[in-house]
Amino acid sequence: MFENKKRIVIIGATSAIAEHCARLWVKNTDVDLTLVVRDKAKTERVAADLQVRSPQSVIRILEADFIAPTAIRQLVDGIVAEGAVHTVLIAHGSLPDQTDCQQDLTVCHEALIVNGVSPVEFAEAFAGHMQKSNHGTLVIIGSVAGDRGRKSNYVYGAAKGLVTRYTQGLQHRLANTGVKVVLVKPGPTDTPMTADIKQQGGRLASVDEVAEIIVKGADKGLAVVYAPGKWAVIMMVIRHLPQFIFNKLEI
Amino acid sequence: MVAITSWGRLDYWDHDVVALTDRCQVVNKVQNCQSGIAYGMGRSYGDVCLNPDGVLWTTANLDRFISFDESTGLLECEAGVLLRDIQQLAVPRGWILPVTPGTQLITVGGAVANDVHGKNHHVVGSFGDHVQRLMLTRTDGTIIECGPDVFPEWFSATVGGLGLTGVITQVSIQLRRVAGPWLNTETVPYANLDEFFHLADESEASWEHTVSWIDCLSGGKGRGLFMRGNSADVGPRPEPNNRKLTMPFVPPISLVNKLTLPPFNMAYYNLKKWQAGKDTVHYEPFFYPLDNLQEWNRMYGPKGFFQYQSVVPREVGKDAVQEMLNQIASSGDGSFLAVLKTFGDRQPLGMMSFPQPGVTLALDFPNKGARTHKLFERMDDIVREADGRIYPAKDARMPRELFEAGYPRLNEFLQYRDPGISSSMSRRLIGN
Repeated sequence: MFENKKRIVIIGATSAIAEHCARLWVKNTDVDLTLVVRDKAKTERVAADLQVRSPQSVIRILEADFIAPTAIRQLVDGIVAEGAVHTVLIAHGSLPDQTDCQQDLTVCHEALIVNGVSPVEFAEAFAGHMQKSNHGTLVIIGSVAGDRGRKSNYVYGAAKGLVTRYTQGLQHRLANTGVKVVLVKPGPTDTPMTADIKQQGGRLASVDEVAEIIVKGADKGLAVVYAPGKWAVIMMVIRHLPQFIFNKLEI
Repeated sequence: MVAITSWGRLDYWDHDVVALTDRCQVVNKVQNCQSGIAYGMGRSYGDVCLNPDGVLWTTANLDRFISFDESTGLLECEAGVLLRDIQQLAVPRGWILPVTPGTQLITVGGAVANDVHGKNHHVVGSFGDHVQRLMLTRTDGTIIECGPDVFPEWFSATVGGLGLTGVITQVSIQLRRVAGPWLNTETVPYANLDEFFHLADESEASWEHTVSWIDCLSGGKGRGLFMRGNSADVGPRPEPNNRKLTMPFVPPISLVNKLTLPPFNMAYYNLKKWQAGKDTVHYEPFFYPLDNLQEWNRMYGPKGFFQYQSVVPREVGKDAVQEMLNQIASSGDGSFLAVLKTFGDRQPLGMMSFPQPGVTLALDFPNKGARTHKLFERMDDIVREADGRIYPAKDARMPRELFEAGYPRLNEFLQYRDPGISSSMSRRLIGN
């Protein structure tokens, strides 16, 4: 079943960015795709769409607990036991409201877990297997928000900063192996997750464009991919702004 | 609030944008909401898709395929799927959209709501003629599944219904068999309208696609280039280079103006006349010549532009078109984009569908305020006298009485309106 087709696993496959990456993958070639999600019913529609786009691809849905470390370990071990994985995309997350995080520690806690701890645990669970087989690409979606804490979304930013620092370490660990670790940092992208930003008039990149950059970056095995690329420049400036200027900015 | 416009870029208006992302959740989003209108790609020219200071339900994220049967060609998809995505999916598998307008960057929902037509109207009718089923979500929470044989009255109201009968969430379309992406085409220059009509009549029986570019400045003469094509089985060939250009900014004045247009039209006509003849062309440049120049609508400058598309019955067609061309020539306005085409002799499926037997003329005009409106009023007089009608998908200004005269089934249609749906156009032409 798996011999001929490239095996791809997507964690958080109902995220708009992940779904568009999946569309590009099935467009390019027939693949064996495993969609790991929290809500199976919602994912049936995504899977049906991908199947229409690529009738020869194998598409499966796995419902999973995204929080419990033992469940994550078990799930990943199960996936890998079925055959070597070529590409893993870790894409889940949710954009919390910063004010809510400040007022309600439960919201803050959940945001940190969902956007930071959980992706790291998934990555860690796959990394060991990939290192053993000395093969595969692990793509983790971080965010430009992880580059420097800003008052408008630093809880989300802190979680994504955790992902950034973790990925750096993992890249260091796997530097001399056949495994590639790619950190993607999308700028604000036009997805259901950012509907509120759009409503406030923010300019957002199209999800097609972001997905295309991610898929290309994954193919090349780049260490860090900003999507769209202009964010590399913008964030370099933001990271290097001296504190006394930075503190005057409403960002 | 988000500032949103339509393809004509006449202005930007604030809208409360509500994104529809999950077809099963649409009912929750549109129920108990202030009145809104569905918005797809915003490629209609005027105000059919706008609702200033009100709600827009955006369908861009309702872009999933549901099923495709390669043996029968029946495709089921969500309403926000682009025609481009259908073509890219279906053509390599031997199927093609039976009807496609001059851009593929529109949603299926928009294609149904405006009952769009293509160059092959005389053979296959309009978009709605190929829809087998659609799902309509009403703001009172009901969901209506309709088609030619199920609730046909709801279907007939919704096809061409300008989005006013409910939010279209899913559509099933019967695709057509096609040998491949290529067409055999022929370009024939014509010197006047008599020649145009002769070519159109002569081509109807043996050519699936017919359309013509008309030099709107040639006035009485009405010269142009008649293009016709048939899908062809020519085997595999290298696909055309799909390099996309983008109009990078809005120029301070319209690039289409009195100084640029006459030499441009003259050069285009003569160059194409020189190159006229037979060719084999990929479907993309044939159907969608402008899709590779993204945001070409910016070339009309900051004030935007109008498109005026009318259809008049065949018996008076030649005189009416001639008179419209005279008016345009004497005004000195007009543009490069001018299309003249005959429709087939078939009654439209939708109560409010635009295509009807006759000849249709479509022209772009840079917005020059009162002066442009004056010209339109003179054109309206010609359309009115000819018992013609104007295409709502292109319109931002037609007078209400002309709309009522052009669409005699309006009152019948109004019984199917969703009271929770309203657009700038519905308020302008229907009153609420």
